[in-house]
Amino acid sequence: MVRTRIIPLLLLKNQGLVKTVKFKNPTYIGDPINAVRIFNDKEVDELVFLDITATVEQRPPPFDLIAKIASECFMPFCYGGGICTVDHVTQLFSLGVEKVALNTVAARNAKFVREIAAIAGSQSVVVSIDVKRNWFGQYRVIIESGTRSTGRDPVEFAKEIEQAGAGEILLNSINRDGTMTGYDVELIRRVSGAVTIPIMAAGGARGVPDFAEAIEAGASAVAAGSVFVFTGKHRAVLISYPSIEELISLNET
Amino acid sequence: MQKAITIIDYGMANLGSIANMLKKLGVQPVIGADPAVAGRATKLILPGIGAFDHGMQRLRERGFVDVLNAKVLEEKVPVLGICLGAQLITASSEEGILPGLGWLNACTVRFDFSRLNARPKIPHMGWNTVRVLKQSPLYEGMPAESRFYFVHSYHIACNDPADRLTETTYGMPFTSSVQRDNILGAQFHPEKSHRFGLQLLRNFVERF
Repeated sequence: MVRTRIIPLLLLKNQGLVKTVKFKNPTYIGDPINAVRIFNDKEVDELVFLDITATVEQRPPPFDLIAKIASECFMPFCYGGGICTVDHVTQLFSLGVEKVALNTVAARNAKFVREIAAIAGSQSVVVSIDVKRNWFGQYRVIIESGTRSTGRDPVEFAKEIEQAGAGEILLNSINRDGTMTGYDVELIRRVSGAVTIPIMAAGGARGVPDFAEAIEAGASAVAAGSVFVFTGKHRAVLISYPSIEELISLNET
Repeated sequence: MQKAITIIDYGMANLGSIANMLKKLGVQPVIGADPAVAGRATKLILPGIGAFDHGMQRLRERGFVDVLNAKVLEEKVPVLGICLGAQLITASSEEGILPGLGWLNACTVRFDFSRLNARPKIPHMGWNTVRVLKQSPLYEGMPAESRFYFVHSYHIACNDPADRLTETTYGMPFTSSVQRDNILGAQFHPEKSHRFGLQLLRNFVERF
């Protein structure tokens, strides 16, 4: 049985862990290494870390912090943010990162995706696609941490980067990010219907029923932030993860 | 109970997560970055990611081969190879031309899916389960359906079936861990397999 992957999506800013709402207002929620230790104890199968300001600040990935994360992480993890050269990617792999997530760089230059896939293999290359609805309600791919629209349709973009050798898509809805109003099921359905590579859905999860809905819509894996780091209506910081029983019930749906 | 473990550092892996998992088990790992340190070891871990020839070259350049041979083959010090480290204990690999350490009567071969209709992707990357084929302290107390994290394109093929410790299915069954007396190898990464990897390393620490 292939288990559905449920993946904490953790955002980094200035070496700290933050959580955004609609890609804005990053709230500091703690120390990333501490979070890794908690997720180790909760037997999480995979983690994703994204540095949300590296690209806009034209900074390379924070290699020292990533090395610490890799050393503490008793599970495979994916890193994204600020990656724009082959050298960045080879450094990340040598530190013990299992997958890299490409976002702005992939939208600017699909050849870069091809180049990295040739070096590392498609299975290690995730393209992260941030999507927002425009004034006309159309889905558009947004880059540079949600600040610049490419004017492109995510379905077309997903096909292009699949062709270029991406092994997986992290599909994030900016409209739903941090809102805990459920995944954008329509978006997941459209993109997953257009490509054969797995889709990791993100943006809006409230809990296990939402995961089931995203999977039903075609996601191969579900990622979430708020639901794993906040608790209660006042959004108190508490790191959590579904129990094995809940995960099994999800696999049986 | 012998709790000191030396991790061979020949520049082929980030040793951080292995070292940290051992610390979690109450073991202070020794990083063996030169042969003299390896020579004092009472228990060894040979980690590794990357290409077979590159790994053998590094072991030779840094002068590890003779001391490791003496430790493992004469002193019978328990050794656990991980991923590339497990492949290096075989005689050869289809990935390269250099001979391996040859501690195990086995070779390393590429996944051959040529006879399958649906061919899985190479490398095999992700979580997968193992079936234990023979009794070994390495898998004692391991829950049913234990799963481990794999990333590899080549796997060990044993000439003596008695050396096969576990089997995993990816397109077809392959040998996912091996044991001959004090010599152990795991194709997967226990250090990236949280609870299951921790139990496996605990067994290696406490039962060998």
